Amino acid sequence: MYIYDAFDRQLLAERVTEFRDQVARRLSGELTEEEFKPLRLMNGVYLQLHAYMLRIAIPYGTLSTLQLRKLAEIARKYDRGYGHFTTRQNIQFHWIKLAELPDAMAELASVGMHGMQTSGNNVRNITTDQWAGVATDEIQDPRIWAELIRQHVTLHPEFSFMPRKFKIAVGASHRDRAALRIHDMALRLHRNAAGETGFEVMVGGGLGRTPYLAQTIKPFLPKRDVLSYVEAVLRTYNQFGSRDNIWKARIKILVHDLGAEAFAKEVETEWQSIKDGALVLEPAMVADIAGRFRYPNYQQLDDNPPELNVARRSGRSFDAWMNNCVTKHKAPGYAIVTLSLKPEGGTPGDCTAAQMEKLAELADRYSFGEVRVGHEQNLALPHVAQRDLPALWRELDAIGLARPNVSFISDIISCPGLDYCSLANARSIPIAQELTRRFRDLDHQRNLGRLHINISGCINACGHHHVGHIGILGVEKNGEEFYQITLGGKADENATLGTLIGPAVPYAQVADVVEDIAAAYIDLRQTADELFIDTVKRLGVEPFRERVYAAR
Amino acid sequence: MPLVENGQIVQDRYLYVGDEESMPDRVPAIVTAQRFLTNADTLIRRDGSLGVRWPNNRRIAELAPWLGHLTLIALEFPKFRDGRAYSQARLLRETYGFRGTLRATGDVLRDQFHFLIRAGFDSFEVKKPADARVFAEAASRYSVVYQPSADGRIPALRRRAQHASSDAAGDARSFGDPPERI
Repeated sequence: MYIYDAFDRQLLAERVTEFRDQVARRLSGELTEEEFKPLRLMNGVYLQLHAYMLRIAIPYGTLSTLQLRKLAEIARKYDRGYGHFTTRQNIQFHWIKLAELPDAMAELASVGMHGMQTSGNNVRNITTDQWAGVATDEIQDPRIWAELIRQHVTLHPEFSFMPRKFKIAVGASHRDRAALRIHDMALRLHRNAAGETGFEVMVGGGLGRTPYLAQTIKPFLPKRDVLSYVEAVLRTYNQFGSRDNIWKARIKILVHDLGAEAFAKEVETEWQSIKDGALVLEPAMVADIAGRFRYPNYQQLDDNPPELNVARRSGRSFDAWMNNCVTKHKAPGYAIVTLSLKPEGGTPGDCTAAQMEKLAELADRYSFGEVRVGHEQNLALPHVAQRDLPALWRELDAIGLARPNVSFISDIISCPGLDYCSLANARSIPIAQELTRRFRDLDHQRNLGRLHINISGCINACGHHHVGHIGILGVEKNGEEFYQITLGGKADENATLGTLIGPAVPYAQVADVVEDIAAAYIDLRQTADELFIDTVKRLGVEPFRERVYAAR
Repeated sequence: MPLVENGQIVQDRYLYVGDEESMPDRVPAIVTAQRFLTNADTLIRRDGSLGVRWPNNRRIAELAPWLGHLTLIALEFPKFRDGRAYSQARLLRETYGFRGTLRATGDVLRDQFHFLIRAGFDSFEVKKPADARVFAEAASRYSVVYQPSADGRIPALRRRAQHASSDAAGDARSFGDPPERI
């Protein structure tokens, strides 16, 4: 948990005052909607199909129970009793009234939360491994670096009006749980041959109409230089990124057009002129930020306590949940518990105020008052004593948060789509809901194993369909919803973009097609252990294409 | 379009001179980048302050050899959301050490004042009179900054590190409440 100090709280209060003034000017007509738009966007306020939407940052996906309770309160007071967790570790409220926004923001600021830079052409919320600080394989807690960068780019005088949005992710493990290569810029902490730790810097990733994976432009950046290097990349982009055409404005296009090498050279020249200046990170500064992350006082416990083994042997459902939702923790005797926000027939990522409140109570009791949000639109309790798992499971099950479908075919990542979003061409949520019904049988899901479906309702790719094992993209043809299907994408340390299998299929056939693909996989896999993604890699999409289109 | 300098609405001392117009004697004048670059040698010998209006898609490096002869550079914000001139301003102030007047022109609204000042601007052609009138208030909106920039303000990161190395408790009290857990 990062602890805000007086500086952080002061800045938030000042931001609320400014936004209140901006909303008042809009309501009085002093500001036109065109003038107001970039101002509201800088505060996470979108105008959607039916209402204003407020997106609230959850930096590096870490939430205190105080904050979670506040989100529940906001959901009840200003929205319709629920919130929606996004693929960038944020939460959105879709039904907020403009006149009430400043009050909602003031309430959020009281618990150190805000919507700053969750939209607009600036540096967005920095994302990282949702298991940061508790994962067994990390070199250091990546949130320290995410927080240093977050502060540096917050209300940055130079980079608040860039050509387009800019997304940064930070990782600190050889396992990529933060989808680094699909970000505009990503930093991965690693150890070089001399045993020193520094960052691999990647730029130019992004999905949307022209998907690219980020390329490494600096294999090893010393930690002291992180801020100056970020500044050099942003300065290069701010000056030379395209501003004439919104489809060519992301940094990925600049990197692609110049070539990664030429882009890196441009950055290097700029960086050399600033690297030894005011942005050098002195050890005291890093130590100060690191010191604001507080970790629980773990008890001395052993792994696999006897009561846990007894519970596993006596309850099949509990054992299934243990196998699916519980992950090894770096402290012995503790575990990380993932909570699926993907119930049968539900909207991926939605969480009701009642669930948030109950979860806050459980996190206080079982997880040192801390909750995590992951980019798969699920939540996690990061510090649960293993001996408490049976009791926790019973309580989670009672509020519908113990469904053991994590990473299975019904654990679908989806954007809001045409049900909410003014950019969408097609619906996403009803497709996800239908798929969760088709694949409701948990034994069948287990048999299919790890299989990620990602759904986007338009080419902007908020549902990351390019990196889904099965990607589903909604398009519009002559006023009707059609869906393109891609296979073989993934966003881990071996990130790959999916391959289109053939012509788009109509709305009513999407679930049938996915069932065909799943059945084809069962027939084609070499062993029961071969994952879907590995079968696609071994055979390509051709056998799946045949299966899907043979009868259509 | 009111001009704000030193927090006040002021009369513009400078005259914008078009490419076809003759240069006035001794009057402070602002010329286009095009005119300046074609006649730089002559223009810098003229009697009177000289400014250049520099477009946001030209590299500042082109102007670098002449900076010592210029008293003002006007940078352009063709649209509120086009922020290239913020980078140009910081390069002028921090990389090239330009000490003359740095003027923001174009779509300049109150909501940019904080960013503009931090990027090194000290002269503002404000689009709306109402915004010019509240300049001082809008400009002092933020008492905390998170990054070093052309205005020399000390960022939170450094202030914290200073607190930590001096009498932390005393400094924290003088600033405000002690950190609280959230």
